[in-house]
Amino acid sequence: MSQQILKLVEASSLKEEKEVPQFDIGDTVDVHTRILEGDKERIQIFSGVVIARSGTGCTEMFTVRRIVNNEGVERKFPIHSPRIAKVEVKRSAIVRRAKLYYLRDRSGKSVRLKERRREEVAK
Amino acid sequence: MAVGILGRKVGMTQVFDEAGTCVPVTVVQAGPCHVLQVRTTERDGYEAVQLGFADKPRRLARRSEQGHVTSKLVTKRAKARAAAGIAAVAKAECEPQRFVREIRGAAGELAVGGTVTVEALASLPNVDVTATSKGCGFSGAMKRHNFKGQRATHGVKKCHRHMGGTGCSAFPSRVFKGSRMPGQYGNARCTVRNQKLVRIDAENNLLLIRGAVPGPNGAYVVIKQTNTL
Repeated sequence: MSQQILKLVEASSLKEEKEVPQFDIGDTVDVHTRILEGDKERIQIFSGVVIARSGTGCTEMFTVRRIVNNEGVERKFPIHSPRIAKVEVKRSAIVRRAKLYYLRDRSGKSVRLKERRREEVAK
Repeated sequence: MAVGILGRKVGMTQVFDEAGTCVPVTVVQAGPCHVLQVRTTERDGYEAVQLGFADKPRRLARRSEQGHVTSKLVTKRAKARAAAGIAAVAKAECEPQRFVREIRGAAGELAVGGTVTVEALASLPNVDVTATSKGCGFSGAMKRHNFKGQRATHGVKKCHRHMGGTGCSAFPSRVFKGSRMPGQYGNARCTVRNQKLVRIDAENNLLLIRGAVPGPNGAYVVIKQTNTL
């Protein structure tokens, strides 16, 4: 009963099914976030590899990792946040686990993931 | 006027506000509450409204609890009073209630038999929430009073989570009264004050209160207008 009530409360904060960004673990994505500067709104893009997804309902988050100046940078985004305008999938990869934390220990060439072609998915 | 309501803690979650900021909230199912009694200065010496929340099956309710809410219960005393020509006291005429509490303040428009819903809190920005906190049993000084404990190494033997000395040395060579020590922690009446009311859902009788509220999920809580300035 209490879980149903919580779902009811969360429902108002969830995005509509069409608007929920679709991507997989290992995808290279561009995350478009709305940023308020003064009273002007602009879009900032954070691009990197999705290495994890966690939580359920409106607490669902995803982690994007990228390398900036030889330094790993990770950002966590709430999937249902209205500030996430769009998540664009640039490239998909073949991965065999749900959390790609092993990428944190790698550098250089070994960070690369094998690309998964969209045609293969269609088959 | 007494502004308050009784409810039950459902659990915590988070919602996004208009600005898109994530707000942690506690969901409380509150009301509709029956007004069981109204206390007045003339009769009781103070002003308050007694509310009841959540119906209790009649088979579980004592006769006194049933008689508190209904005038239909046949009792010797009621008969005797009727025979003596004393007017019957107004009752709420509802099911016996599980959770009964008084909210201090003048009754205003509320009368016995009336109901209080979450809409009564609509004009309040902030509330105080009172409940019984989670019981933690006999807890050590680290958990109970946030003491630091002792070192992990450097000769500390089997007392890493103990408190330090309490009585000092030659002076005062005794323990001061009221020193903080291990003991029963939790399971006590606890109030969080000045919590923001994020949203009121009148349709489903829900209140969304920013931040945490004492007690486990399912605990009964009293929500009142805040008394902080």
